[in-house]
Amino acid sequence: MMGSLRDLLPIILVIAFFQLFILQQAIPNFLDIIIGTLFVIMGLTFFIYGLEMGLFPIGESMANAFAHKGSVVWLLIFAFALGFGTTVAEPALIAVALEASQVAANGGMIENTAESMKSYASGLRYTVAFSVGLAIVIGVVRILKGWSIQYMIMGGYGLVVIMTAFAPREIIGIAYDSGGVTTSTITVPLVTALGIGLATAIKGRNPMIDGFGLIAFASLTPMIFVMGYGMLI
Amino acid sequence: MELLSQIFHTLINTLYDVIPIAVIIFGFQFLVIRRPIPNLKRVLIGFIYVLVGLSLFLLGLEKALFPLGRLMAEQLTNPAFIYDGLESALQTLHWADYYWVYIFAFSIGFSTTIAEPSLIAVAIKAHEVSGGAIGVWGLRIAVAIGVAFGISLGSYRIVTGIPIHYFIITGYVIVVIQTFFAPKMIVPLAYDSGGVTTSTVTVPLVAALGLGLAETVPGRNALIDGFGLIAFASLFPIMSVMAYAQLSEYRARHSQ
Repeated sequence: MMGSLRDLLPIILVIAFFQLFILQQAIPNFLDIIIGTLFVIMGLTFFIYGLEMGLFPIGESMANAFAHKGSVVWLLIFAFALGFGTTVAEPALIAVALEASQVAANGGMIENTAESMKSYASGLRYTVAFSVGLAIVIGVVRILKGWSIQYMIMGGYGLVVIMTAFAPREIIGIAYDSGGVTTSTITVPLVTALGIGLATAIKGRNPMIDGFGLIAFASLTPMIFVMGYGMLI
Repeated sequence: MELLSQIFHTLINTLYDVIPIAVIIFGFQFLVIRRPIPNLKRVLIGFIYVLVGLSLFLLGLEKALFPLGRLMAEQLTNPAFIYDGLESALQTLHWADYYWVYIFAFSIGFSTTIAEPSLIAVAIKAHEVSGGAIGVWGLRIAVAIGVAFGISLGSYRIVTGIPIHYFIITGYVIVVIQTFFAPKMIVPLAYDSGGVTTSTVTVPLVAALGLGLAETVPGRNALIDGFGLIAFASLFPIMSVMAYAQLSEYRARHSQ
């Protein structure tokens, strides 16, 4: 509880400072804000507890079970399902996809009708979800093989740079952003635990060097795929 | 009464987000792994905690911090506020006149990142796995500084209208160079921290700032220039986390 309060103190201070000293305005709905802040503190406390009790252990125990079962195919299917399934319903992604469809309609890339915008947005959503699923698969294969991450990420950067040169200008900002918005609060702990669990269970892998990195792939591939989507449609 | 229905509504929404994940996990557990989950009861209670915690967290943000934060982003980017104190509003604004925007961008980037639940999760894991070599707070502060710097620079970009890919490509080059000099152990974690930082707390506030700026600054198109702040916020932590590791290593070497 005290820990959560400390986590939130900076944001409260920043907002209070700007509100009172720079904008010099009274804070509206003061009661609402106090209640809301209490909720945030309680919520964060519960979340951290649940993280250590539920999300971390299950991620690691599944990684362990897969490693001992020795079935690479099932592990990869699981990795893809986890990436795709958690991304496709992500509210932040749905919002970004809708905005992207507006950009595309304004830029004359698609017809300016509700119908075509809707299909553009859902196409984009599935593209991003697919790319995240693929990213987790690539990341898991990397852990299994013990490849070093930097060359793969640099290769990804290279692709992003090349695609940037050819992608329509309107889509670039959205594509860059989509890398950041796909990984949600529940996905991150699970995927991290999965990676570390795998790296711990497999002989010769260092959890620090091999266990991290799944999120990095998951924030890189959406950029490439969204630009590709923008170029094709 | 209204509050209760709000809590219920948020809980249902969070449940929708969690269900696909739960279905995948338990589906694979029962159909493929076919072994009982160790401490099943504890894990289930943990899931309920996560669900309740996340719902309360989101509801609280929506009630308290987001409306204020969005309002402030609008007010700070409002021409009336920026022109205030300038002799003539007709004069073209210099990028430096937006200084409060940059300061706000920096502080809101820093403080929202400190409160970001998924970063807390990764920091806890990194601390555990590194055997204590990476401090939970050290990592979080390093990431927060990266985000703060990234969002300030991103705001500057929106104000000046320089194309985003120049910044991002330069950033990539710096990341690549740094990768060769940073301690090997930190590299994967640093790459991860880029994606981790931007979620529940940061994205809505930062997006509001970006859209507000792009609408206010003359010659900017909200739909094109309003995006991109998140990209900055996910690129700069990679550098700051590697720098943090380089700094710790340097200090450890020189203190002996």
